[in-house]
Amino acid sequence: MKFSSTWTIALRALRRNPMRSGLTMLGIIIGVAAVIAMVAIGTGAKEQVASSIAQIGQNTVLVMSGSGSRGGVRGGWGSSPTLTRQDYEAIRKEVPGVLRATPDVRKSAQVMAGNQNVNTEINGAGEDYVEIRSWDFLEGGNFTAADVRGATKVAILGQTVATNLFGDASPVGQIVRIQNAPYTVVGLLKPKGMSMMGSDQDDVVLVPWSSAMVRLTGTTSFRAITVQAESAEQVGTVMEELASLLRQRHRIRDGAEDDFHVRSQQEIMEMATSTAKTMTILLGAIAGVSLLVGGIGIMNIMLVSVTERTREIGVRMAVGARGGDILLQFLVEAVVLSVGGGLIGIGLGFGIAKVVSAKVGWNTLVSPESVVLAFVFSAVIGIFFGFYPARKASGLDPIEALRYE
Amino acid sequence: MDAKPVIQLESIEKVYQTGEVAVKAVRGISLSVRPGEFVAVMGASGSGKSTLMNLIGCLDRPTAGRYLLDGEEVGALTKSELSRVRNQRLGFVFQGFNLLSRTSALENVELPLLYSPHGHGRHELRKRSLAALEQVGLADRAEHHPSQLSGGQQQRVAIARALVNHPSLLLADEPTGNLDTRTSLEIMGIFQELNRQGMTILMVTHEPDIARYCLREITMRDGRIVDDRPVGDRLDAAKELARWRGPEEAP
Repeated sequence: MKFSSTWTIALRALRRNPMRSGLTMLGIIIGVAAVIAMVAIGTGAKEQVASSIAQIGQNTVLVMSGSGSRGGVRGGWGSSPTLTRQDYEAIRKEVPGVLRATPDVRKSAQVMAGNQNVNTEINGAGEDYVEIRSWDFLEGGNFTAADVRGATKVAILGQTVATNLFGDASPVGQIVRIQNAPYTVVGLLKPKGMSMMGSDQDDVVLVPWSSAMVRLTGTTSFRAITVQAESAEQVGTVMEELASLLRQRHRIRDGAEDDFHVRSQQEIMEMATSTAKTMTILLGAIAGVSLLVGGIGIMNIMLVSVTERTREIGVRMAVGARGGDILLQFLVEAVVLSVGGGLIGIGLGFGIAKVVSAKVGWNTLVSPESVVLAFVFSAVIGIFFGFYPARKASGLDPIEALRYE
Repeated sequence: MDAKPVIQLESIEKVYQTGEVAVKAVRGISLSVRPGEFVAVMGASGSGKSTLMNLIGCLDRPTAGRYLLDGEEVGALTKSELSRVRNQRLGFVFQGFNLLSRTSALENVELPLLYSPHGHGRHELRKRSLAALEQVGLADRAEHHPSQLSGGQQQRVAIARALVNHPSLLLADEPTGNLDTRTSLEIMGIFQELNRQGMTILMVTHEPDIARYCLREITMRDGRIVDDRPVGDRLDAAKELARWRGPEEAP
């Protein structure tokens, strides 16, 4: 008997009961669609977290000042000012493999221009900051190392601040007043949009950190220093060198706790994405259960169908079907149902992911792996859950089967 | 005239083991059926005629004895080989028609071809099935489902299904059991016509009237053949049908 005949036989048998075939498939359709959509939502969330962390800059290492405890209350990283200007300069000079570095000084302040004023974040940065973040200019340019050394009053505006203060007019060359100090605008940054936390990344004013410390914050230390290694391979050594340099500079004895904290962008990313990963696995597992239930549905229907079609099986055997032919027929029926359901489910899962993206605004990503996995899994379910009923059917005695009422 | 027998049974026995009790359904039957014969197997229920039918139909294997079909020993074949024999050499007609519901007459007739070891193209399936339907006069009902056909028409579809693989033997188990007198005559007419064309037919029936359309009559009792003789006053189905129609239907 040719295999094409088995197909013809199985497809005809399924066509005889379109309603039952459709309902059986529905279980698999929902299961596969759920797996695809859930994994797409989880993966999308992970990708979004990862991409926003990637914006910190490539191959970067973040040095945060230590956590001080005051009166028994321990503050978070950066709460205790331990990173000094001298530390920063030492890092730039003495740590091998450092390509760029920028300190981080922040303050929320009022910025005025003409009769407009806005409250925004003033970011005291080094001349390398814009490059580390691979941020481009829309107009004008960066401030220089000389500006940083001289603590000049120059500023770079984010798109949001520029629009609020100057409307559509070019801000470059204009004067803005930050806490009453006049700053000359030298550059306008390209818009970057929302960060993963939902804050507007373009609502920012960059000034040389020296200038920010002297005129705005009055502090003498940094919250953090971002260091960019020359290559990905050097990130590890840079981290070690940074730590030993700072321990030495801060005179921390062996065994004592560091008063600073070094983290690579890679580590930060892994921490942040591990949550999303866990969520993906959880969502996928729940969806997987519904797929399993769909598979059991197939077995259930196939079993009922074997009993209901006992006479049919008897007739088939009488006209020359062998046990193997019957086995194959029922197996192909089950596989057609599960794989057909799987394919429709993949399509539906894509659709759900798209709708969720469009209506709820979540980032979704249908990964090829999840599609392949869902497809293979549904086929395996068909074979696995179809085999028992098929074997039962093939083991029937034709005489008994023909006599069955 | 000394053609090789289609069926040759030599001391066939069949014992069913039900728990502690061994039931001898067939006790040593020897029988020879030549090509072109039309045999009626008569007997009360429990006489073993169904068991004999199952043995001849290769649905079951004898406990003892030899069975040669077309001169070939089939008593010792495996299940799978028996399936092939049923598919290629035998045609079955049942009392309850046993057509697949929600399946067109044509597809019902195609069924044995689908299980044929030769494998036929779609076009050939259709051609041969239509030819078989034509033989039973139902070519115009090819696309009808069993539920859209009368009992007689359904049985004719079943006969077409039995014929489609050109078997050497047609086995009919109470083919008229579910039909009224007139439809029974129609079916017997088809059998007689097939027999005239050379088909060997073995039919189980418990109606003496129906047996009169055959050529040879075998009576069974308690698992043995008690009577085996030619049908004396043979009836012709076509004539009977014409007479049965009566004057009011005659033109």
